[in-house]
Amino acid sequence: MWTLVGRGWSHGRALAVWAAGTAQRGRLEPLPTPTRGAPAEFRAWDRLYTSAERKEKIDMSRFSVENIRNFSIIAHVDHGKSTLADRLLELTGTIDKTKNNKQVLDKLQVERERGITVKAQTASLFYNWEGKQYLLNLIDTPGHVDFSYEVSRSLSACQGVLLVVDANEGIQAQTVANFFLAFEAQLSVIPVINKIDLKNADPESVEKQIEKVFDIPGDECIKISAKLGTNVERVLQAVIERIPPPKVHRINPLRALVFDSTFDQYRGVIANVALFDGVVSKGDKIVSAHTKKIHEVNEVGVLNPNEQPAHKLYAGQVGYLIAGMKDVTEAQIGDTLYLHKQPVEPLPGFKSAKPMVFAGMYPIDQSEYNNLKSAIEKLTINDSSVTVHRDSSLALGAGWRLGFLGLLHMEVFNQRLEQEYNASVILTTPTVPYKAVLSSAKLIKDYREKEITIINPAQFPEKSKVTEYLEPVVLGTIITPDEYTGKVMMLCQARRAVQKNMIFIDQNRVMLKYIFPLNEIVVDFYDSLKSLSSGYASFDYEDAGYQTAELVKMDILLNGNIVEELVTIVHKDKAHSVGKAICERLKDSLPRQLFEIAIQAAIGSKIIARETVKAYRKNVLAKCYGGDITRKMKLLKRQAEGKKKLRKVGNIEVPRDAFIKVLKTQSDK
Amino acid sequence: MALPGARARGWAAATKMAQTRRHAEGAKGSLSPAPPSPRAALYVHWPYCEKRCSYCNFNKYVPRGVEEAAMRSCLVTEAQTLLGLSGVRRVDSVFFGGGTPSLASPNTVAAVLEAVDQAAHLPADSEVTLEANPTSAPGSRLAAFGAAGINRLSIGLQSLDDKELQLLGRTHSASDALQTLAEARRLFPGRVSVDLMLGLPAQKSGPWLRQLQELLGYCDDHISLYQLTLERGTALFTQVQRGTLPAPDPEVAAEMYQEGRALLREAGFRQYEVSNFARNGALSTHNWTYWQCGQYLGVGPGAHGRFVPQGAGGHTREARIQTLEPDNWMKEVTLFGHGTRKHVPLGELELLEEVLAMGLRTDVGITHQHWQRFASQLSLWDVFGSSQEVKALLVQGLLLLDHRGLRCSWEGLAVLDSLLLTLLPRLQEAWLQRAPSPGQGG
Repeated sequence: MWTLVGRGWSHGRALAVWAAGTAQRGRLEPLPTPTRGAPAEFRAWDRLYTSAERKEKIDMSRFSVENIRNFSIIAHVDHGKSTLADRLLELTGTIDKTKNNKQVLDKLQVERERGITVKAQTASLFYNWEGKQYLLNLIDTPGHVDFSYEVSRSLSACQGVLLVVDANEGIQAQTVANFFLAFEAQLSVIPVINKIDLKNADPESVEKQIEKVFDIPGDECIKISAKLGTNVERVLQAVIERIPPPKVHRINPLRALVFDSTFDQYRGVIANVALFDGVVSKGDKIVSAHTKKIHEVNEVGVLNPNEQPAHKLYAGQVGYLIAGMKDVTEAQIGDTLYLHKQPVEPLPGFKSAKPMVFAGMYPIDQSEYNNLKSAIEKLTINDSSVTVHRDSSLALGAGWRLGFLGLLHMEVFNQRLEQEYNASVILTTPTVPYKAVLSSAKLIKDYREKEITIINPAQFPEKSKVTEYLEPVVLGTIITPDEYTGKVMMLCQARRAVQKNMIFIDQNRVMLKYIFPLNEIVVDFYDSLKSLSSGYASFDYEDAGYQTAELVKMDILLNGNIVEELVTIVHKDKAHSVGKAICERLKDSLPRQLFEIAIQAAIGSKIIARETVKAYRKNVLAKCYGGDITRKMKLLKRQAEGKKKLRKVGNIEVPRDAFIKVLKTQSDK
Repeated sequence: MALPGARARGWAAATKMAQTRRHAEGAKGSLSPAPPSPRAALYVHWPYCEKRCSYCNFNKYVPRGVEEAAMRSCLVTEAQTLLGLSGVRRVDSVFFGGGTPSLASPNTVAAVLEAVDQAAHLPADSEVTLEANPTSAPGSRLAAFGAAGINRLSIGLQSLDDKELQLLGRTHSASDALQTLAEARRLFPGRVSVDLMLGLPAQKSGPWLRQLQELLGYCDDHISLYQLTLERGTALFTQVQRGTLPAPDPEVAAEMYQEGRALLREAGFRQYEVSNFARNGALSTHNWTYWQCGQYLGVGPGAHGRFVPQGAGGHTREARIQTLEPDNWMKEVTLFGHGTRKHVPLGELELLEEVLAMGLRTDVGITHQHWQRFASQLSLWDVFGSSQEVKALLVQGLLLLDHRGLRCSWEGLAVLDSLLLTLLPRLQEAWLQRAPSPGQGG
């Protein structure tokens, strides 16, 4: 999880840390402007020193299970999820209507570009309807498939979802992905068509799309304008009518699902929990089913949307819990908490984070190593899904190999390093975890397993020692205006994708489904898709396991010497084009030397691409008389010093820049 | 500081008779200095120009009006002061550079030379060079400089293409240049050098070689080839930066250099240094002193020097630089007798590094005897004989290390700066590992 960004109301906490600890406010575009920063700081202050004392503790026992509804809002980016959430909070008096509640959440640029919805706020709404007081828990979900595991855990705390679709843009790829997550979790889906106030809104057509794609009767759609508040009350009523109350038991021993957690530097981990059974209160000793660690509960409460302490939390309710946990890994998403000495069957579906995209991260300058290290530590304290392994490269120096849930996760992480910690890094081209099924008895003995995961190309076992290689694949959904279908299909083909499905979701929009090798979309697929469709096509994907792949290890040679940093695992069909591209980039970035350099890409002993850097014929022919000697000597000595630092491959000097140019993520291809 | 022109002319007149073509032997014999020695070369900087050239970032000024008398007096004073400080007993060569020293009056030149001869000995056959710009040096003026004691001219011809001259911001045309060259040869036969530039924006190899060929029909026995270096702060740099001029193509420049030096070789010129070519033994002894790490004094604003201040009891060679800006420099000279802004003692290793880097610029390179004068305990073999990296350069045929000494091959001379990046660190390493010896020469 990458919690600081999108944790809804817990956001104030993150802002407070930044505001106090950094002088970079000006760079935090689009983070706090003074008007936003001030209430955020106030919130943090409020929580830190006074919330427990000043506020009355709520008695949550008065909300019985049948009056509780737990739900999420899911939507494609900019379809109005946050605005709808704001309106729901206002309607229920949870936040003040007079305040400027417009889009309380701040977003990183990358999130906007990449079609990610930041998490909505988790909030408990108190709502009176037909003489009864209901407790409606709006549970946040991260809005991107990189976080589909987190989404699935959040959804497992819900019984229903509001599926928000823009009346103008209609169903987008992410709408589809979100719908199926909810569908698989067997949740009630309430389709909400938003932005009906827009001039080009066509809610009827969107209604038909929903019927066609999701098989939901059109009359179940609620047409609203969250911006103007039109029909929003009906949404709340539908939540009560169409979503069932949770099936839970207060009398059973405690069983609580952790669906989110954040780290507060003063209070430790704050876990957001949904109680499936039992009751929890201050002083209880709780156990994590995953870590088996015991903690004593210091505080429980509801999110209102700020943390509001309560005496107890009861089965069916959603709230937060603080129990002296020092590390987010002690409250991992999907974990089950139970009372000490009263173990329960953990809730199903817990998985440790599984990184799918790896990249090397190095400081631009080695003197920045410690600063970068501290920045990465600070970011990962809130995001246990980033795996961090120290790594070092002969060319790039000391750094790390980081594992991310997906590409977007990686970009968010990198952008936050830059924006929040002012850290400039070299991020190497992302790779995916390949697998090999071993046939060599000796290797199986060495690895103590038959199927191994290969993260570092250096570990790639020879073909003679494996039965087969496997590569990760994803099921991609693309929704595009029909006029771009041809181009999109060509792009997908070039990326080795296999078409699974193609349907028209209305007269002029097509939904395509493809199985993609993950490796083929990690670099610039999204940008290519956007550019060939003038920005109209949307893309989303979900994990689809592994498939057999003809993988080869490609070496890059300089005058016959292998450059270890540039060993690459590549699909056989792509070897030539990838090899050629690397050779060309090297040719452009290798300075001429006193001899000719042959740059070759090779698979085994077979050369598949070659470039040549001609020998250097002459230095700059400058005069050198009495007045020039000092300057000349200084220059020569500086160059000689620089030369000492160069990595040598055989007798060829390779500047760090050349490696950077080859290894760095190429966004503009 | 009375500077009677008569006495100056007296020195000049006396030397006239003694001017013989003796530099053929000179380059080999008397010119290898033995530091520390009571001999030195002397550089005089004239900081003023008529206008700024588009490629030049030198220490030069375009003045509204030069008080030449004051300037002259300061040059004389500083020359006297520094000669005294150095304890130099004999000046082997004088070079008037700039700026545009041919804009100075012959009187000034005469005064300086007279002062030098007074303060130290300036033998009659010393090489006394003046940098001259074609437009500022009509024949009559050149003759006056000759009378003042100048016996060698270096003409900033730069190009024989008027468009290129315009691009460079020169005030002369190709025909001006050829005319000046002809007059100079008449006045200083066998002692005229011309500069030619290569690697200008959009310049092509073929036409440039034809220029060089044409120049061979007019020139004397000395030619310098320089590649245009785009220096920050110059008009050309800005134009290339903005894209109004194409950046010079290093490949084309490489071709010009290789073919140019081959052409000059065929024409009987010896490439005695990276940028310098001479025939009939017409090497510049003044510049040779720089490359052999002989002592030299720098007089004038921003001038550099390297000498042991023996007159003040010093034993270590110093790198010296005079105050850059002419007005400030003049104030300092008036007040203190010199305008030395900075003097930094050169360490033994530093001096050796200069011996290496400068010596290899010449075709003879560094002889064992020459090296021994600076490093009595550490031979060239000790330093370079066992290094694998150096061996690779020898095998590649870029460098030679034999009984004569260390030098570049014909191909190696063109890539000397790259070779030095291997040789300098090797020297440092050998220096650090050397057996400690109290009697290390310096």
